[in-house]
Amino acid sequence: MLDQALAVTTTNTSFLLVLAIVTPVAGALIGFVIGGRAVAWIAYATLPVGVAIAAGICAALASARAPLEYLLGAWAPPLGIALRADGLSAVMIGVTALVVCAVAVYSSADFHPRRPEGETRAPFAWWILLLAVWSALNTVFVAGDLFTLYVALELLTFAAVPLVCLDGRPETFQAALRYLLFALLGSVLYLAGAALLYGATGTLDIVLLSRRLQAGPTTSVALVLMTVGLLAKTALFPLHLWLPPAHAGAPAPGSAILSALVVKGSFFITVRLWFDVMPDIPGLAAGQLLGSLGAAAILFGSVLALRQRRLKLLIAYSTLAQIGYLFLMVPLAFAPASGEIEHGGALSGGFMQAISHATAKAAMFLAAGSIYAGLGHDRLAQLGGAGRVAPIALLAFALGGLALVGVPTSGAYLAKDLLLGAAAETAQWWWAAVVQTGGAFTAAYLVLVLGHAFRPVPATAAPVARVPWLPQIAALSLALCSLMLGLIPWDTYLAIPEKSVGPTSVLKTLWATLWPLLAGALLAVLLAHRPPWPGVRMRARAEPAIGPLRNAMVALAGLLERLDVTLRQWPAAGLSLVLVAAAFSLAML
Amino acid sequence: MSTDVIFGLCAAAAAGLGLYGVITQPHPLRTILSFNLLGGGIFLVFGAVARRGAAAGFSGDPVPQALVITGLVVAFAATALALMLLLRLSQATGSATLRPNDGAEAPNPSADR
Repeated sequence: MLDQALAVTTTNTSFLLVLAIVTPVAGALIGFVIGGRAVAWIAYATLPVGVAIAAGICAALASARAPLEYLLGAWAPPLGIALRADGLSAVMIGVTALVVCAVAVYSSADFHPRRPEGETRAPFAWWILLLAVWSALNTVFVAGDLFTLYVALELLTFAAVPLVCLDGRPETFQAALRYLLFALLGSVLYLAGAALLYGATGTLDIVLLSRRLQAGPTTSVALVLMTVGLLAKTALFPLHLWLPPAHAGAPAPGSAILSALVVKGSFFITVRLWFDVMPDIPGLAAGQLLGSLGAAAILFGSVLALRQRRLKLLIAYSTLAQIGYLFLMVPLAFAPASGEIEHGGALSGGFMQAISHATAKAAMFLAAGSIYAGLGHDRLAQLGGAGRVAPIALLAFALGGLALVGVPTSGAYLAKDLLLGAAAETAQWWWAAVVQTGGAFTAAYLVLVLGHAFRPVPATAAPVARVPWLPQIAALSLALCSLMLGLIPWDTYLAIPEKSVGPTSVLKTLWATLWPLLAGALLAVLLAHRPPWPGVRMRARAEPAIGPLRNAMVALAGLLERLDVTLRQWPAAGLSLVLVAAAFSLAML
Repeated sequence: MSTDVIFGLCAAAAAGLGLYGVITQPHPLRTILSFNLLGGGIFLVFGAVARRGAAAGFSGDPVPQALVITGLVVAFAATALALMLLLRLSQATGSATLRPNDGAEAPNPSADR
């Protein structure tokens, strides 16, 4: 899609790309200078402007039917720097604006400017970091060359890391430091790849690179270095050491931003690299390897999520699984005839999954935050009564979970449809099996959490705090957005094959919705610490029957848990980084 | 052996040593220093690329030098942020280690949210 970009002349509307980057930065800088309690008000003022700009970009792209391009200072690449937005950029810019706004509404209760009691440092940092993350993400989505992408990636990391330790507990400092150091290692590898590409071609502009690059050892080494660096930042298994403690340790709105948006930044650059810069370089073997890492992430992340005893850690590990889901599209995007990666149904499926996950996971983390605030803890086993203290939040959690499982009209349903279609088209049934298993696992942790939440409440349990309704509404609206994503006509921005939108029979749709939930319930019963039995009688009857199977599954899960502890040691993670790089090099030989 | 080959080999050596240090050094301060060595190696690669005139055909290409300067600023900011986090970590816990003491769960459930 970007290929057409050079033909497009810079129009007035494409100045919006500059504004998308500059507006949040301006808000953050003005807030930083003025300081104190005014920061939140400056953020509130920036939000609608940013949303209007995002809407403007989407509208301009829809009416122009071609990518937008803005040349900074009117200097053309290779000497100048271009900003470009195609359909993928527009979709991500739009979803980012949506999630940032919902999270801002949620956090207006936690980080309110008029809150009388003491401490103003955390709210001050929160609002500035939120705007900085927003600006960095927009830069990632519109950057037209690999070095601008590097700077944007670093800005994103610098803005995201302090979110982890906003509330200043000692263990969050450690989580933040591990996150920062591993992310830095990733971006340095990315920079090394960029240096090699510049040495080979004399440009870092994406469009020019895609024309000048030739297959060869330099290009392959550069691609391996950049890919591995980006995977480390995206926390694809086995490079996930920083993710669970960082995402679970941050305050709820911070977790939502980190999990929904920040990992999508490096994911987006990976897609740019593989699909736009060098679609003919990686080859199917490397694509299959990337897809296999994704499949391993789904299995590993899902099983570990089911073994967690705390809600936020469960959601963090499920993010790990969902990140794997995003990479399943890569082996499906290879055109069978040419062996090149193509923009098509598979890519659209991956992006639909990315934006569904962005909205739904943000909703789930926000809902978990409200439940935590109401119960005073997030231990799964004592979640009973969550529906009483935070009913809207629990509803948001359930709807967000259902949207991720992929009920009809949700974005994930469309994504699943597109991925399955691509798998059938390229005759790779095993990826279809992985896609379906992923859906069943997603349902499993939803069933597990809801099973605990609807347990009868012990009489002694009393809510520790009244949960305000506005944050819960913010979470609910995000979940509803995720449920509605399948209804939007995406073909303006993404390539949607004709046949996948055709009508299907009601029974078929119902079955496609129900069976992941049933399989998920079974998985939850087999794997969870305290299985969510619907009643004592059923438990007594069913437990002896599935006992041996459950024991075997739990033993297997124990092995994965031990593997997780090993992989999250610093030297082991560094070593797996090197091993993944070696594997990709072998696959590209 | 021409100058820019020697230059490139030195860059590779520095980057390799840095990568080894980042992976194996247990103390975060040493990890941060190794990261700087690794970054330095990669900036040297940019230098070697500039020296070769890249594909642009100049005798000395100025663009990589501009990129290196930007990269240095980014690396400086990263080091400052990492050192600040390390300082806060050691103030808060009295020790500075990257080793998680928690296994799969946080040690103190009530504090973890």
